[in-house]
Amino acid sequence: MRHSLFSIVRNAIGGNRGWPAQWREAAPKPEYDIVIVGAGGHGLATAYYLAREHGISNIAVLEKGWLGGGNTGRNTTIIRSNYLWEESQKLYEHALKLWETLSQELNYNVMYSPRGVMMLAHTVHDVQSAQRHIHANRLGGIDNEWITPEQAKAFCPLLNIEANIRYPILGAALQRRGGVARHDAVAWGYARGASALGVDIIQNCEVTGIDRAPSGEVTGVQTTRGAIRARRIGVVAAGHTSVLMAMAGVRMPLESYPLQALVSEPVKPIMSCVVMSNTVHAYMSQSDKGELVIGAGTDAYTSYSQTGALHISAHTLDAICELFPAVRRMRMLRNWGGIVDVTPDRSPIIGKTPVPGLYVNCGWGTGGFKATPGSGHVFAHTLATGAPHKFNAPFTLDRFRSGRLIDEAAAAAVAH
Amino acid sequence: MLLIPCPWCGPRPELEFRHAGQAHIARPADPSATSDAEWTEFLFLRSNPKGRHAERWRHASGCNRFFNCVRDTVSDTILATYKPGEAAP
Repeated sequence: MRHSLFSIVRNAIGGNRGWPAQWREAAPKPEYDIVIVGAGGHGLATAYYLAREHGISNIAVLEKGWLGGGNTGRNTTIIRSNYLWEESQKLYEHALKLWETLSQELNYNVMYSPRGVMMLAHTVHDVQSAQRHIHANRLGGIDNEWITPEQAKAFCPLLNIEANIRYPILGAALQRRGGVARHDAVAWGYARGASALGVDIIQNCEVTGIDRAPSGEVTGVQTTRGAIRARRIGVVAAGHTSVLMAMAGVRMPLESYPLQALVSEPVKPIMSCVVMSNTVHAYMSQSDKGELVIGAGTDAYTSYSQTGALHISAHTLDAICELFPAVRRMRMLRNWGGIVDVTPDRSPIIGKTPVPGLYVNCGWGTGGFKATPGSGHVFAHTLATGAPHKFNAPFTLDRFRSGRLIDEAAAAAVAH
Repeated sequence: MLLIPCPWCGPRPELEFRHAGQAHIARPADPSATSDAEWTEFLFLRSNPKGRHAERWRHASGCNRFFNCVRDTVSDTILATYKPGEAAP
């Protein structure tokens, strides 16, 4: 059922009991053209664009847990495209442009809100680095502007710009088109769209092995719900990518770390933008429910525990309390961890692997949510045609052999 | 927070330590004879296992020495710590 004013009014009159399931409950078939491992935002977007733009709908999206229950449901939903290098700018800007019309494209309100992302500078080095980013972004046609502490205060009145704090704010880089979106709605919207186009979304179906022919190419996957044949497999498994790729004998330049986030009790609107700080190591925005959404860097050691150490969150809150003294007395409602796959150059890997028929989309590290539509779009192109889209061509696995790294370590929201 | 048994100082809180990545990665002995694939393996490829993992830690706020540790990456339980040069248990 398409969402429209008419359907909303009609269902409101019917007590909202008339809404159908948003996607089909699918049982695995013995064979598909393409199997995608991982029903998070990136995997579902890949399936959607494969069906919508490439006419391939004989696809299964396999999910070991529930749809959107991994990092898609655990991130802090920040969207921006102000990356340093040209390759990254093109990829993330491609995603940002898709965000702008995504609700209309999917007929599903993903609540994309370009409320502005402000990245604070606290030291001379921060100022130089931020201005270098701004210049690079403007050359790349991406909006990013330098603002003074007073302008930052005007943009976010909650901010403390006093000179007497440990790391006084010297200015900020502001991307006005950046913002947030509703993370669950992105997964649900893509799932609904893909399912309507014939894609099978199979939950509670964990991949336990990748089958290969004697000549090396992939022939299918073993799962907890039986074997499934496929000539093309796309692994979009975030923190578990190394585990899955090991099933095909491929070693990856990845390490998996817990990344924590937390939300406060809900309050009236007090913050209308996103504020990030590299140096004091924290970022914050306010959700439409009123909760303050807070995050920072990864935990110190690799882990698959989907939880993190309390002292990491405490460190984040120290920084939040200094930047936003008005929220010091607020209580935190929940905190959680997701497992992020971090590459040595902090850029993703999207493309072929040494195994014929096996493709991978991983390495998004701490910042994959913002790229969801663009990542799915270019990965769908790669899976459909066997060749990369122009925007993901530089993001090969082979760059770790050739040395053509895309070093975005300094460009991420927080120091890793 | 982990309680990490330093092989020299005994059990200490995680705050005293710095994680230093996967253990037992040896730099190629003869760089000029090392292929691109071998450099890739040394510089970038990591085991990243779900389960038993051998890693290095440094007791930064204690004896400041490196040591090795076997930890379960699902439960974060530390199974053993041992001095550099010793074989993984």
